[in-house]
Amino acid sequence: MNMLQYIIRRLLQLIPVLLGMTFIVFLIIRAIPGDPALVILGQQATEDAVAALRESLGLDEPWYVQYFQYLGNLLTGDLGESIRTRTPVNEEIWPYLATTFELSIFAIVIAVIVGVNAGIISAWFQNSWFDYTAMVLALVGVSMPIFWLGLMMQYQFSLQWDWFPTTGRENVRDPVNAITNLYLIDTLIQGRFDQFVVVLKHLVMPGIALATIPMAIIARMTRSSMLEVMKSDYIRTARAKGEKMFWVVYKHSLKNAIIPVLTVIGLQTGLLLGGAILTETIFGLPGVGRYIYEGISSRDYPVIQSGILIVAFIFVMINLIVDILYSVIDPRIRYN
Amino acid sequence: MNKKAWLLFFVLLLTVSTALFGCSSDDSSSDDGGSTGNDGGGDAAEETDGETQDTLVFGRGGDSVALDPITVTDGESFKVTKNIFETLVEFGEQDTDINPGLAEEWEVSEDGLTYTFMLRDGVTFHDGEAFNADAVVANFDRWANGTEDKFYYYKSMFGGFGDEEGHVIESVTAVDESTVEIKLKRPQAPFLKNIAMSPFAIVSPKALSEMSEDELAENPVGTGPFKFVEWRRNERIVLEKNEDYWNSEYPKVNQVIFRSIPENSARLNALMSGEIDLADGINPSDAPQIEGDDSLQLFERPSMNVGYLGLTVTREPFNDPKVRQAMNHAIDRQAIVDAFFEGRAEVAKNPMPPVIAGYNDDIEGYEYDPEKAKALLEEAGLGDGFDMELWAMPVPRPYMPDGQKVAEAIQSNLADVGINAEIVTYEWATYLEKARMGEADAFLLGWTGDNGDADNFLYVLLDQDNIGSNNYTYYENQEVHDLLIQAQSETDEDTRNQLYMEAQELIHQDAPWVPLAHSTPLLAGSANLQGFMPHPTGSDWLHTVYFE
Repeated sequence: MNMLQYIIRRLLQLIPVLLGMTFIVFLIIRAIPGDPALVILGQQATEDAVAALRESLGLDEPWYVQYFQYLGNLLTGDLGESIRTRTPVNEEIWPYLATTFELSIFAIVIAVIVGVNAGIISAWFQNSWFDYTAMVLALVGVSMPIFWLGLMMQYQFSLQWDWFPTTGRENVRDPVNAITNLYLIDTLIQGRFDQFVVVLKHLVMPGIALATIPMAIIARMTRSSMLEVMKSDYIRTARAKGEKMFWVVYKHSLKNAIIPVLTVIGLQTGLLLGGAILTETIFGLPGVGRYIYEGISSRDYPVIQSGILIVAFIFVMINLIVDILYSVIDPRIRYN
Repeated sequence: MNKKAWLLFFVLLLTVSTALFGCSSDDSSSDDGGSTGNDGGGDAAEETDGETQDTLVFGRGGDSVALDPITVTDGESFKVTKNIFETLVEFGEQDTDINPGLAEEWEVSEDGLTYTFMLRDGVTFHDGEAFNADAVVANFDRWANGTEDKFYYYKSMFGGFGDEEGHVIESVTAVDESTVEIKLKRPQAPFLKNIAMSPFAIVSPKALSEMSEDELAENPVGTGPFKFVEWRRNERIVLEKNEDYWNSEYPKVNQVIFRSIPENSARLNALMSGEIDLADGINPSDAPQIEGDDSLQLFERPSMNVGYLGLTVTREPFNDPKVRQAMNHAIDRQAIVDAFFEGRAEVAKNPMPPVIAGYNDDIEGYEYDPEKAKALLEEAGLGDGFDMELWAMPVPRPYMPDGQKVAEAIQSNLADVGINAEIVTYEWATYLEKARMGEADAFLLGWTGDNGDADNFLYVLLDQDNIGSNNYTYYENQEVHDLLIQAQSETDEDTRNQLYMEAQELIHQDAPWVPLAHSTPLLAGSANLQGFMPHPTGSDWLHTVYFE
């Protein structure tokens, strides 16, 4: 089977996965106690108002009727309208997604660069003080509460040293003119290099906070994978031939060791997209995690359903890309 | 290279790059501080050094829902619309007394049915339209033809829409260019307070006729001191000075930017670093730190709420007033306020806070006296105590930061007098629903006032008409009911206040509640911020704010 067939098959497999997702999400959010109409109108609402709102939101229909209406709308590309803001979800979700993309990509780049290298060096100098230090740090990193880390970073790097701003994406006194909503790109398009630096500085602390856990996981994975590969015969042969140690490690070993690492990177990138909520909250970033979170607290069904659906879709796509990358890196891998 | 040399190389590489990173960000920060003033921290510092700052950045916990004030119910929306729009009459600077607004003067007929408003001259909307009597009529017409799920506050304050029986407004007519006459079907004493509320702000009639409801929600056009510029959801709302504002003294700053930072500690960090100038939702536990910091100042918002323990009077043994009084004596409110409100609240003795006209300050609250409580229980035939459920709210509310902990304190107070209370909790919406059905023995709850009127507390929360609605204790007293109904149509302010004072006296004796506290929400600002007066309603005027 060639690559194209493989991709098509994988894309077709997506359909039942996403359909299942919509169904589960649909059922779960309706199982949350609390009538959305009552939640929206609040403690002081009269019963008539609640009833009228339920009707206008279509909530008085049986759940399966609501579900099939929702599916029907999805097929036409309609993700529904937010109950709270009365704006279509397709329209309002992009700025939130863009914020999260920018942050996640920044974070995953940090996590990969630092994590992979720390893992390699640890494996190379196994049982050295660097190895011990790096692995202890990685253990701390995996178990670090982001909430605490974020606030400590704000205290140290913003309040004490004044290196980075505490919260937000930009300096609101000199706001970025949004075009793509990816501010790093927007500022460059407009030639505002001063703003580019400001936006970048806003990304550093949340980026590091978000990168901590994936970085640690990637480092540990790389180390164990490298240790295994470096014990193999072809590495010994390469070294016996007098190849420089650096090339043995970074070229011969890494190529075979990177496959499991790649899987972890793929999974972690997907998790960052949906799981940046804590980071987004502490650093006041309007990302998609916060969008869905606010949807949940106001029982905004369309926002929750469509938000989770989009994040799930991206997650599945990233993993597809990773699967395809396997064969690019290691031609021995065939898709059957 | 050997193994050791490589390791050394990597460590050096790491050190050097870290150092470079640190330095480069240091450099760039001073760079743009000098050239464009871009960096958050450098910016504020620079502006205090040089010319006076003229942009106010207000950091808050959440974003607005919509900026068409009649359609919303949330405080975060009113915080913004308050500064874009104006109402016919306005609340006082820090109270809910009635002051001139878009109407300079008004007259009320003897029977309390006709209100005549003389409108202010020379007022224009932000889109250039003149403000006049027709504009007022257009707005009232729009509201009166709405529905409850669209215009929630209109129904709740004026009883209905169009021809509905409960609708209190009969007609709104333009007598001439600058005179509006509003006729009521029956007298409504808090009428002026109602129309001073943020939802009843006057929107440009041109905007009303040209824009759809959805467009109005994102393009507010009013007469207020600030004009709307831009809204990026969850990121910023930008307002700029209205150069044509009728009161040429105001506003003092050129620009106001609202930012949402959900986390309280992060918001305070942003304030300390100078990225924002004013922050609401300050944790009471952070107050001492702010008071000790020379670059910051602390603000207390006057309380317009009450947190209480409701005793469902239809359930044994709370059907006996003696038991309810015993509960009042058994609970140490001062200790609760000190421990869980960090002292940032007033101990409550009445069902409404002291800023509200008609508050009865002569009432002596039930003092904390376990012995007296025991004696009262003895009289009620419950000398051996009893078992009860104590309901604690699952979410923090402005009137009660931590329901669970308050419940635990009450539980231990009650144990001292032999009452065995079991703490129970439900998800918030369910909690309200069940308490409303009268299923709780005793429940923690609270209320934040809408229009600063006594009716909005006493009638809504304790009148027999509202059993099954907001009277969760099922308290019924014909005498109280008569007083509250009489007060609703009494137009003389002093007589009306007298009626409310009598009602509070009766409620105090019947003791359907253990009133606990009136909390004062905290805000903090940079030290050079001047002229900020937090309003009890939670919507603050920002046109008086300036920087030193």
